[in-house]
Amino acid sequence: MIPPSFDYHAPKSVAEALKLLGDLGGDAKLLAGGHSLLPMMKLRFAQPSHLIDLNRIAALRGIREEGPEIVIGAMTVENDVLNSRLLQQKVPLLPEVVSQIADPQVRNRGTIGGDIAHGDAANDHPAVAIALDATLVLEGPKGRRSVKAESFYHGMYFTEMAENEILCEIRVPAFLPRTGYAYAKLKRKTGDWAAAAAAVVMRMNGGKVESVRIALTNAAATPLRATDAEQALIGKALDDTTIGDAAARAMVICDPAEDLRGDREYKTAMTGVMLRRALASAAARCV
Amino acid sequence: MSKKLISLQVNGQTVEKAVEPRTLLVHFLREELSLTGTHIGCETSHCGACTVDLDGQSIKSCTVLAVQCDGSEVRTVEGLASGGVLHAVQEGFYKEHGLQCGFCTPGMLMRAQRFLVENPNPTEEEVRAGMAGNLCRCTGYQNIVKAVLYAARKLREKQEAAA
Repeated sequence: MIPPSFDYHAPKSVAEALKLLGDLGGDAKLLAGGHSLLPMMKLRFAQPSHLIDLNRIAALRGIREEGPEIVIGAMTVENDVLNSRLLQQKVPLLPEVVSQIADPQVRNRGTIGGDIAHGDAANDHPAVAIALDATLVLEGPKGRRSVKAESFYHGMYFTEMAENEILCEIRVPAFLPRTGYAYAKLKRKTGDWAAAAAAVVMRMNGGKVESVRIALTNAAATPLRATDAEQALIGKALDDTTIGDAAARAMVICDPAEDLRGDREYKTAMTGVMLRRALASAAARCV
Repeated sequence: MSKKLISLQVNGQTVEKAVEPRTLLVHFLREELSLTGTHIGCETSHCGACTVDLDGQSIKSCTVLAVQCDGSEVRTVEGLASGGVLHAVQEGFYKEHGLQCGFCTPGMLMRAQRFLVENPNPTEEEVRAGMAGNLCRCTGYQNIVKAVLYAARKLREKQEAAA
């Protein structure tokens, strides 16, 4: 399979890339790792006239600490997220998630920003970014603006990012000590998307839940934050009843699409199972 | 759609060619350079048959454009053996019978040699995780894992002997 013809551009800076985006208009697509876009082009689901390759923009790569936040360049590849000492110490949920994404070769090309900006709720980073309360930094012709991950997703492949904008950074609050976290993902095989998955970030105080954020992967056209499930847990100790209640509340908001991974009932039930597992793992880490 | 001139190193040789932007690295290697050791399997970045080294990292060449490799170094299975002597991973697959039909083998070899640079002393579990991006439909993987562990031992012995 060979993609349809296109013109190729490899800018060296964000400014140059933005100018190309402005000049070429809606016929241009940004190329990050290419492990979603190139297969879509082979299958003719996407036929852009121009590809603007972001791989040569060094400023979009790298992971650094900035005050209470960890700043991840959008073009940082998954294996660099997986192996980052800084993330292992400050936001260990991210390496845990990446170890469950794709395979070693794909993780050498696939980027965290591409995964987020593609707008596919089956990708893992969108829900995780919501659970982490991440901020996405977009740059356009008028400068930069910040959008909460939670407000970024409007529909399948439909995000807050405008056609003339580039996702530059993902800013994640560093975990406070004794923050519990987990990502539970059900997949058929290595490299597959989630049939169901749940991300949890939680803090406990005196055996009771003090704060918790829950987000669900591939459970609807967009990643979902399970707000009702979160609220039901605040101030409670975690046991079979409270965890079961939270899972039930999360399952209510699921609206998955039926596909080869399962029908709606199965995926909804498995989302509940993944959330129960993620809550139990996260609680065990709140120490 | 104008062609782009690219210049890269393939198995230590400088190559300069004009390519269509849509040409995938695997097609460039096979059709422009006649390096047909790199196989095309699924074409959707799942099977790993097209695995090569790009700038010292394992990648799937069905999902990278040739034009993206301008200025890069590529190593394919043709660049593994040197002076008629098999690379340790090739010897391992031969000794441990790590193949049956052989279709996945070039990708397996290329991933295995890079994995053993990343982790020279792996456990069996680490081999399985490190090779997770390569599918084999014949062997059931048992002998592939043995072959990679064999190569790891060989490479360590060679390094100790040199030290």
